[in-house]
Amino acid sequence: MTKTIITVVGKDTVGIIAKVCTYLANNKINILDISQTIVSGYFNMMMIVDMNQSEKPFDDCAKELEQVGAEIGVKITCQHEDIFEKMHRI
Amino acid sequence: MINMFEVNETNKMIEQENLDVRTITLGISLLDCMDSDLKKLNDNIYKKITTVAKDLVATGKDIERKYGIPIVNKRISVTPIGLIGSAACNSPEDYVTIAETLDQAAKEVGVNFIGGYSALVSKGMTKKERFLMESIPMALSKTERIMSSVNVGSTKTGINMDAVRLMGDVIRQTAEATKDQDSIGCTKLVVLCNAPDDNPFMAGAFHGVTEADAVINVGVSGPGVVKKALEEVRGQDFEQLCETIKRTAFKITRVGQLVAQEASKALGIPFGIIDLSLAPTPAVGDSVAEILQEIGLEYAGAPGTTAALALLNDQVKKGGVMASSYVGGLSGAFIPVSEDQGMIDSVRAEALTLEKLEAMTCVCSVGLDMICIPGDTKATTIAGIIADEMAIGMVNQKTTAVRIIPVIGKKVGEEAQFGGLLGYAPIMPVNKYSCDAFVDRGGRIPAPIHSFKN
Repeated sequence: MTKTIITVVGKDTVGIIAKVCTYLANNKINILDISQTIVSGYFNMMMIVDMNQSEKPFDDCAKELEQVGAEIGVKITCQHEDIFEKMHRI
Repeated sequence: MINMFEVNETNKMIEQENLDVRTITLGISLLDCMDSDLKKLNDNIYKKITTVAKDLVATGKDIERKYGIPIVNKRISVTPIGLIGSAACNSPEDYVTIAETLDQAAKEVGVNFIGGYSALVSKGMTKKERFLMESIPMALSKTERIMSSVNVGSTKTGINMDAVRLMGDVIRQTAEATKDQDSIGCTKLVVLCNAPDDNPFMAGAFHGVTEADAVINVGVSGPGVVKKALEEVRGQDFEQLCETIKRTAFKITRVGQLVAQEASKALGIPFGIIDLSLAPTPAVGDSVAEILQEIGLEYAGAPGTTAALALLNDQVKKGGVMASSYVGGLSGAFIPVSEDQGMIDSVRAEALTLEKLEAMTCVCSVGLDMICIPGDTKATTIAGIIADEMAIGMVNQKTTAVRIIPVIGKKVGEEAQFGGLLGYAPIMPVNKYSCDAFVDRGGRIPAPIHSFKN
């Protein structure tokens, strides 16, 4: 299974997780793991998701999530997990 | 499983510390394009490049999006044209038509540079290779994306001083031909000793004759990442310093390795090598000189600079070699002047001279790079500077290079502006005494002895 890492960073506000999760649910993207913290008012979340059931190509999902982020004033990035695996695991 | 700390570390490197993949360079062999008919040769070259490289730029963009890592340049290197044109070209002008074809092909496939307008003349020049070298000023002034290189020496063959002398003239003529743009032509021309066949970085990239039909080489970068990591070990001993550089170089190189494998898979072209160079850009925080400052020097060029650079270069290699099985190209730390804000500042502060840069090239990965000198510098003096640098490479069994720009119409105290990744630089003073009689002797400097190493 190829996994994708979604990171959400920005000023904390009501409904960030709700918005992101709604988008993921609507696009059949399964969440495998979530971790989230708030450091001095800044929201910081990492999700590990499985996009294999999604009908949209990776590129479109990444762009749309970026837009979702822009609407609520946070930065959302979608990256294939390999970049982290390669860098941090031997 | 990957944790948040690791994800944040990677993304901070990309977003704040300028971590990027500097270039995916597709090497293409043009040997099967050779023909004695010039028009046919040009057609073959155009067709081959635009076929093999047609998906290069799109693939690069896909990888960028998939991993969220910028890939700054997508480039092409080709078999040295001095060889490819030898059956069809009977004058320097004939070679220029190939340069124009390469330029058009580069524009068609959307790459920003194409390297390989080159001649390998480390022992001797053929008549045709001499034509190519003589055509360089015209080729570089008529084209936009061509990069040219000439290998004039090696540890095994010695230095071809006839070629060195000729390159003194070629550099001056190239400067004259592009004088309305601060002699920008010379930023695309490099003279090498021990040139590697698989270097993905411009201006010295060409696709060596020992290479396969097509190959993907990737150049990684990340001086900003090293600098930031070193901020954490300020004041600690050399062991800690070296450990930190190695660890960072490892991480950077792993990203390059991933991108190279992905590109190779997507394009169906074999992966060649990773060049694990620290390549600076004029952007603040993307500077090798700033790393040297972080190691403990007030400016690059201060006493201790050569030692600090030697250490940096070696640790980058040690960390990088563990991260990829195929490391090649130039691999180390680049020390260009105009492309590195910290180096520019050092020159302005008079901390860094041409002579100190020459000493630094003994331990860095390339050589005298992107250095602006007064426009009235004689061709023989330029040849003398080249000869010195080639001798360093020859004796130390390393690649050395000279990319020097006599900025026509400007003198010490003024600055040349090239724009973009090429940056800008103050004009540096050159030793005023003559070496005419030395460089005019003609012939070759013999290869050095390979024993009695002292």
